[in-house]
Amino acid sequence: MSTASTDRGAENEYEFEERESVIIRFAGDSGDGMQLVGGQFTNASAVYGNDVSTFPDFPAEIRAPAGTLAGVSGFQIHFSNHDIKTPGDVLDALVAMNPAALKTNLPALQKGGVLICNTDSFTLNDLKKAGYAENPLDGHGIDDYMVVKIDMTRLNRDAVGKDTPLSQRAVDRCKNFFALGLLYWLYDRPTDPTLNWIKQKFGKMLDVCEANERSLRAGYNYGETLELFTHRYRVKPAKDTPPGKYRQIMGNQALAYGMVTAAKMAQSELVYATYPITPASDILHELAKLKHFRARTYQAEDEIAAMGAAIGAAYGGKLAATGTSGPGLALKAEAIGLAVMAELPVVIVNVQRGGPSTGLPTKTEQADLLQAMFGRNGECPVPIVAAAHPSDCFTMIQEAFRIAVEFMTPVIFLSDGYIANGAEPWKIPEIDGINKIEIKYASSPNGNGSAQAFQPYTRDEKLARPWAPPGIPGCEHRIGGLEKEAITGNVSYDPENHQKMIHLRQEKVDGIANSIPEQTVTGPEEGDLLLVSWGGTFGAVSTAAAKARDKGQSVAHAHLKYLSPFPKNLGDLLGRYRQVLVPELNMGQLRLLLRGHFLVDAKGYNKVKGQPFYVSELEKAIDGLLED
Amino acid sequence: MSTESGLNVLKPKDFANDLEVRWCPGCGDYSILAQMKKVLPELGIPKHKIVFISGIGCSSRFPYYLSTYGFHTIHGRAPTFATGLKIANPELSVWVITGDGDGLSIGGNHLLHVIRRNVNVNIVMFNNRIYGLTKGQYSPTSRVGHKTKSTPYGSIDRPLSALSVALGAEASFVARSLDVNIKHLGETLKRAAGHRGASFVEVYQDCNVFNHEAFSYATDKEVKADNTIYLEHGKPLIFGKDRHMGIRLNGTDPEVVKLGEGVREDDLLFHDEKAPEPSLAYLLSRMSYPEFPEPMGVFRCIDAPVYEEQVDAQVEKAVETAGDGDLDKLFNSGDTWTVD
Repeated sequence: MSTASTDRGAENEYEFEERESVIIRFAGDSGDGMQLVGGQFTNASAVYGNDVSTFPDFPAEIRAPAGTLAGVSGFQIHFSNHDIKTPGDVLDALVAMNPAALKTNLPALQKGGVLICNTDSFTLNDLKKAGYAENPLDGHGIDDYMVVKIDMTRLNRDAVGKDTPLSQRAVDRCKNFFALGLLYWLYDRPTDPTLNWIKQKFGKMLDVCEANERSLRAGYNYGETLELFTHRYRVKPAKDTPPGKYRQIMGNQALAYGMVTAAKMAQSELVYATYPITPASDILHELAKLKHFRARTYQAEDEIAAMGAAIGAAYGGKLAATGTSGPGLALKAEAIGLAVMAELPVVIVNVQRGGPSTGLPTKTEQADLLQAMFGRNGECPVPIVAAAHPSDCFTMIQEAFRIAVEFMTPVIFLSDGYIANGAEPWKIPEIDGINKIEIKYASSPNGNGSAQAFQPYTRDEKLARPWAPPGIPGCEHRIGGLEKEAITGNVSYDPENHQKMIHLRQEKVDGIANSIPEQTVTGPEEGDLLLVSWGGTFGAVSTAAAKARDKGQSVAHAHLKYLSPFPKNLGDLLGRYRQVLVPELNMGQLRLLLRGHFLVDAKGYNKVKGQPFYVSELEKAIDGLLED
Repeated sequence: MSTESGLNVLKPKDFANDLEVRWCPGCGDYSILAQMKKVLPELGIPKHKIVFISGIGCSSRFPYYLSTYGFHTIHGRAPTFATGLKIANPELSVWVITGDGDGLSIGGNHLLHVIRRNVNVNIVMFNNRIYGLTKGQYSPTSRVGHKTKSTPYGSIDRPLSALSVALGAEASFVARSLDVNIKHLGETLKRAAGHRGASFVEVYQDCNVFNHEAFSYATDKEVKADNTIYLEHGKPLIFGKDRHMGIRLNGTDPEVVKLGEGVREDDLLFHDEKAPEPSLAYLLSRMSYPEFPEPMGVFRCIDAPVYEEQVDAQVEKAVETAGDGDLDKLFNSGDTWTVD
């Protein structure tokens, strides 16, 4: 653990310019380590006390051909002296490690912004791969920016030194740390967290450790020594952050932490059965490290097997979950139907990505809402909850488990690639403040010790049936996918019974609305416009709504975390505004549901580019609606 | 296997329930159910610790007709539910009931993986070489040329050998029996139950409606002794009504030989169910009628690490090394900072 400190050199000559917030992006080839330095910069900024929001954006290919446009990997960080909710729209600074990175990212850099380029990689060959006929660094296309050309590869080699036993390739791999060091200097970031990280990560490989350290320091000192910039920038620690102890957390990590927490709070053990799929695999990686929490991870042979194993574990009485993305959810559909029929508590995490089919594996989208809602055969209601931002995964996954065991039902938890890979500060919760999850297993036939056979389809006041994992004497019973007779659970083809059971299952899920919070809004209680959003668009939509209010517009925002059933007061709430706008990264899936449920003339603002919303485009959409 | 006192009083009828059995009259499934009810009380496992998990198909109705815990799941996926259940509670005695369509067609992948992981479950595959529940289409074990509703000109698909598949996945226990040979069936099921790890038992089962007498060569009094060979560990492979025929290895191929006329018992292939490599068992699994008598009994039975026990061992090791999971410690790991 390290505290915020800065090992800056002599602060001669350079003046600091105070900024409220800064948005930077590291961009380079997939193999350039941009995600790594992005993560380090984020951590350093968080430790320093800024609010941070990140947006990693990388190709699906592990190593797309080097130097090509398709292979560009970027990491955007927004750090601020106040509360922020998005990684930001336009860049203040861009680091371009090669021509392809420059070409794909320059449009995002604001005029007058800082552009740092590694000139060593602007070779004829790399220029050609990026589609440049001439070197853009020699032309006028970059006149509008504050351009800093650095022969980073060469400088880095010199910094690591000739005495290193590392190969030149390995040395060159350190140059991302050179770039990081330079930006640490420029934005007055503490280097300790990264130096500590390097020690931890490469501690046993002394040469690698030393090379990375030297690169980082060389980058920092290069900024200090050469008069590349007229001044440095400083973003003071955020003041409006509630007091407490913080750390940085990513969405999938928060999800994994939330799962082991749910298991602890339920005094149960977690079984996580899954099949690797982008962007959900990191949940498995995190949980596999948490075996000392008695979390059992199971990498199944396919998506269906993962779902089956999760249901099997739930049947066995454990807190069970599976994780996947859209294509996997499609494969799991039949088994989820079985969990609905057998009324077993299991959580299905869907970290959404661009679709249809294989789609855009590493890009974000919210186009699986209707799949989660309807993507099964028969009348098959499944409750749906969705996280709003990375650390919200921690809270909402526990909610998903609570609903699952309280109502004996599968629950779908929706996240997306943007939430999963995004990082933000997380106020570390007090363990005592975390809600318990109550599990009630059947103890004897019908709980009354009678000699009568166990009736697996009796119901409590919430319409949940008893959870009777195998191993309980006297509760032996048979369940399955064939329609169940009410109370006995025997197979039944009786028409009246089928109708009754379909209604019962729906009623049970509808009744969950009584156990979830009412929908809140930020902004006016009634007015001209209500923005309704869900999932990972929370930051952009809430920021846009706040900006609109700053301009004097009557705009409120409701962000839904419960999508099935909806909060009880939602219909009433929608009626209190003259217009309703539903911004979504899909073709209007929540909008369709809202219109269907509440007969409200909701408008949509929809984008399907695999990219999150810009606040500015939402502001424009709001302006457009309010002008009409 | 844990034996609890007072269990010996359990009788086959204790494992019956009051649901009406709905297989067609004369179906081979009745015999398997009867033998299972006979075997279960002999295992010394209390009823509440026994679970039957099935997929979809005629055979998969099996759990409904027992008074243990039962889960009738979805087509082909029974092994996945069984694996999850065993991870959740390794102490349960779990049976997987499947058929040739359920286990080898739609669920082929899961069958391979439950076997290669060596999850401690007992898999019983009812092989009738036909789809019964969907009313008579050919299955992955149907013979070439078999005329069915979906193959009016005869099947052109090459059939799978269930046991070759199981052995290909390096099953630690592989056996075959027949619905009508009730004594052998009971013994085989009992051995499967006693094995630690995934046990795979193929049962030749007559579908008297859609594929009647598919196994008559192995069941008819007149011919069965010549068309089947009962395996015994450490014994030579001898068969025939007069026990005058044997199997000998010619290079790496088996051949049928007549005993006497210069061929002694010692020249024959001796069965070794404990051979570390599955090669011999595989060779036996390739022997099929009419070229060869089809082997019955236990092909392979070896010790191998049990999946769910290893899962638990890793958990225990982690707890031992890192201490019982502490949420506060986890949340506070890595860099933290305090806002006043």
